[in-house]
Amino acid sequence: MPVFNQSRSRIIRLIFLAVFLVIVAQLFNLQVISKKYKQLAKNQAVLQKIVYPSRGIIYDRKGRPILNNIKMFDLMVTPSEVKNIDTSILCKLLAIDTADFNKRLSDLSFKNTRFRPSVFEPLLTSDKLAAIEDNLWRFSNGFFLQERPVRQYPYNAAAHILGYIAEVNQREIDQSDGFYRMGDYIGKSGLESNYEKVLMGERGVQFLLRDNFNRVQGSYENGIFDTAAVAGRGLRTYIDIELQQLAEKLLTNKVGAIVALEPKTGGILAMASGPNFNPNNLTGSEFSKNYSKLVLDVSGPLLNRAIKGQYPGGSTYKPLGALIGLDEGVITPQSGIACSGAYYGCRRPVGCTEKWPGHAANLRLAIAHSCNSFFCNTFRLTLDNPRYKNVRSGLTRWDEYMNAFGYGHRLGVDIPSEDGGNIPDTADYDKEYRGQWNSCTMVTIGIGQDKLLVTPLQIANGISIVANKGYYYTPHFVKSIDEETAADTVLLSKYRKKHEVLTHISDSVYNIVINGMHDVTLVGTAARLPKIPGIDICAKTGTAENKRVIDGRVVQLKDHSLFVCFAPKEDPKIAIGIIVENGGFGATWAGPMAYLMVEKYLTDSLRQDRKLEVERIAAANLMPSYLPRLQYKTDSTRAFEWYKMTKDSSYIKKYITHQPLKSPAGDKRQSGDPQNRQGNMASLDEKRKARKGVFDDTI
Amino acid sequence: MNQQNNVISKGIDWSIVWIWFLLSCIGILAIFAATYKEGTPVVQTFLGFKTDYSRQFYFFIAAAVIALVLVLIDSKFFTATANLWYVFGILLLLAVFAIGISVNGTKSIIRFGSFQFQPAEFCKITVALALAKYLSRVETDFSTVRAQLIATGIALLPAMFSIMQSETGLALVYFSFFIVMYREGLPSTVLITGFSLAALVVATLLVEKNLLAMILTGIAVLILYAMRKQLKRNRSILRIVVLVWLLCVGMIRFGVPFAFQHILQEHQVERIFSTIGRDIPEEYKSNEVKKELKRSKKDPDYNVKQSKIAIGSGGLLGKGLLKGTQTRFDFVPEQRTDFIFCTIGEGFGFVGSLTLLAIYLLLLFRIVAIAERQRSVFSRCYAYAVGAVFFFHIVINVAMTVGLAPVIGIPLPFISYGGTSLLTNTILLFIMVRLDADRQMVLR
Repeated sequence: MPVFNQSRSRIIRLIFLAVFLVIVAQLFNLQVISKKYKQLAKNQAVLQKIVYPSRGIIYDRKGRPILNNIKMFDLMVTPSEVKNIDTSILCKLLAIDTADFNKRLSDLSFKNTRFRPSVFEPLLTSDKLAAIEDNLWRFSNGFFLQERPVRQYPYNAAAHILGYIAEVNQREIDQSDGFYRMGDYIGKSGLESNYEKVLMGERGVQFLLRDNFNRVQGSYENGIFDTAAVAGRGLRTYIDIELQQLAEKLLTNKVGAIVALEPKTGGILAMASGPNFNPNNLTGSEFSKNYSKLVLDVSGPLLNRAIKGQYPGGSTYKPLGALIGLDEGVITPQSGIACSGAYYGCRRPVGCTEKWPGHAANLRLAIAHSCNSFFCNTFRLTLDNPRYKNVRSGLTRWDEYMNAFGYGHRLGVDIPSEDGGNIPDTADYDKEYRGQWNSCTMVTIGIGQDKLLVTPLQIANGISIVANKGYYYTPHFVKSIDEETAADTVLLSKYRKKHEVLTHISDSVYNIVINGMHDVTLVGTAARLPKIPGIDICAKTGTAENKRVIDGRVVQLKDHSLFVCFAPKEDPKIAIGIIVENGGFGATWAGPMAYLMVEKYLTDSLRQDRKLEVERIAAANLMPSYLPRLQYKTDSTRAFEWYKMTKDSSYIKKYITHQPLKSPAGDKRQSGDPQNRQGNMASLDEKRKARKGVFDDTI
Repeated sequence: MNQQNNVISKGIDWSIVWIWFLLSCIGILAIFAATYKEGTPVVQTFLGFKTDYSRQFYFFIAAAVIALVLVLIDSKFFTATANLWYVFGILLLLAVFAIGISVNGTKSIIRFGSFQFQPAEFCKITVALALAKYLSRVETDFSTVRAQLIATGIALLPAMFSIMQSETGLALVYFSFFIVMYREGLPSTVLITGFSLAALVVATLLVEKNLLAMILTGIAVLILYAMRKQLKRNRSILRIVVLVWLLCVGMIRFGVPFAFQHILQEHQVERIFSTIGRDIPEEYKSNEVKKELKRSKKDPDYNVKQSKIAIGSGGLLGKGLLKGTQTRFDFVPEQRTDFIFCTIGEGFGFVGSLTLLAIYLLLLFRIVAIAERQRSVFSRCYAYAVGAVFFFHIVINVAMTVGLAPVIGIPLPFISYGGTSLLTNTILLFIMVRLDADRQMVLR
């Protein structure tokens, strides 16, 4: 009977209460205890819009901007808002077809949702921009233009120094602990990369409210949390942009590098590397197209040979060798050698270009005429110095001198990826000769060959130490940073520190070598070069052996032409190091280039006939002859790899039908390679077998 | 109180009316907060019938008129026509199969002109009436199993149709009538068994099947060991224990997987698993769902996550009316209907949520109190039915928004946007008010 169940009303009330209490407990947990949901809500509903600052400008020594920021425009689209627009006109303006248009729209909707604006066409070219601006009203439903600052280079120069900026990749985002976000631009190389923190400025943040489709609904709390963007600060450099332009022009169609330093400060006046490229190619809408072209070029236009090229030092080492010999007391200024065209001190004679007697009667003459015998002898004397117990200690001592001259290690220039060259030590020779070596083993180091490898920057720096009579500043580009902060001062302090590495050598000793170098231009190896009125140049030519592995064989190619100099003699204002690959004698190509550089820098102009000389040099094509074939080989091999991966024969079609570049008749160095002579990629494996057979025969 | 002058209001429980009025106003305000677009004129849109809050306002006026009519009707009308209404409700449910329209994958709505009507919602009233009628019959002896089975049948028949119309959420509400039956003498063991079964189902989802079977076997062995003395005297205990054990293991092995694969919908399975914080096991995913999950990294948990964020971000005192970033900018789906509680949680914080829940609890306690003061069994049963239905709606809805229950699409009484819901709940409540006004009468 119902009456007996009246107590159950209390149980029912209890159940109601208990269930409500559970809910209240969860509410208390969500709303009062947990802070997580408040943060989540903020993250979700408050959009942090990054306001990009304009990137810092880089100026040359005379305050001229080497690069600028210009405004380019992206055509943006919000797919959900695209309604009633004249698609055909837009397609015509962008030179795409309707199918492409629809595909782009659906791709963007998929990638970035229909409600978020996406880039429809990045960095419009100026004519496209003009056409679209005129017609924007036709498709303003959904389409709009967004400003994007882009680098521009008014002098079309200094690409290797400045570097380039591009969108960050995932690795850079990870490394920055989330500081950079997708779509940010970052300096990828050169000064842009090294001074990224200074140049990028500080990003501003705008807090905006947004809805579930990411549509902005207004500012958050009336913008009290917003921070303004701080523009990037400018860099004041030592670069003389006109000198830089001249250096780059001189290297047209040449492989090599020119480095010009201000000896007293270590400031780099110009640094060019050939082959070169126009920095404007790596900005704007053509970036990826141009970039891949540069990357695939086997001559390596992206490579900055001034800091990454490693060459035998050649005779440019000789002034340093003389200084070491003098300081160690193994030679005197009066030391001479009777040279008759070769050095016979070791088992294998070392040839000398001069034969006439008396060309190495003393140190000064030996430098002027670049006598190989004299410097081989001096090097051996240095190593076998009786002051030290054996040749090992002698070599170690020599290493110390070379390191003091800045050779064999990275100098620490303020652009990334510098190479250190090579100064061999006892360990290197122990490894190669199992400890059985003496000063004859490496006698050609005395003339800058053997295992001695230098970068163009190092030879320029080495010669400025001579010009400075013993000290140097680490070569660098940036003189000062606008509105310098304490952090900037720390950053620049290592370039403002004087390295007194060899100041213990007396000035008179330096003067002997400097006079010898002056004689080079008067009576010596560079005497043929026309003088610059009123300027005494101290120089040293160099000619370095150039061996290269081509198609699996070591081939002796035309020598590298090297040249170091500084001027004026009494008060050096510029020191130059030049290497021109396949340039022959030092005075043939590198020498004239250096003279032009000196004249341009010191007199701020070039005489009329010198301008013609610039044109003559710029017109000369010294690109190595193996390059076209190497390019063909690389391209076809890559095409074949693609073909193997994709099974798409269109990659290799070109190489099957193409008549391969024939080796010059009688040129033995390519005879061992039947594969490229026929160039038929389809039966490559067969050819590989054949090639193997040929090798077996020839060995 | 002057009986001559105040015929209509005689015996009316004004506290219930005030609570009803208060809740409806909170509802309109909440819908306004959730859907008001910045810059539109408030008064105009309120009267324009274009916006949701305006519609809800007019629904409220309609509900008030209906409430007045109900109060004017003679109580005997309800007892007399209860069974008739029930049959009418069932017929409407059946009519859905013939002329119903499909909305969001469920087919439970009939359309009259521009008005939509959900019979399963309406049937809550008819079942409450019919159940009250059956239980209050003189010849019904509710202590018999037969009577209990018939009452269960009356309550669950519309639920069955609802499940067939893919409205599992509404079907669940009909289980609330067990509270009425419990009050009228349904043995506690039935409820306890029900709870145990529910616990077992949840355990099946949480614990690995074989492990759970081993645990159950262990429990059975322990029970047999503990009762070994009685066992000697009464062999049937062994039989019962073994039978229960078999039933449980059968549930785990076959019952639950069958229900998940064949009875529940994919999205319901998803929601149940997301509530207990587990990934859906492979065997419960249809090939379609697998493909779907592979294609889009869709988050089945999205609604609840957003709802929790909205409520959680409200804090102790809330962000204030129209200041909620989550609910204002449509992060929470269905926020004006099933997830309306988020708007209150975000806008008015813990204090506001607590106040609303307190009002609801007051309503429920008041209904129980009213039920207990009835002289007639019919009125008492009916009042309990109303209380039970409200209780289920409130608890499941709020528990769902705070992540304690799976997402089941049932509205919050008087607050959620929706004409059918508001009218149904008002009718439910005011029939009770009418019956209560005649609490001295014995109605059959």
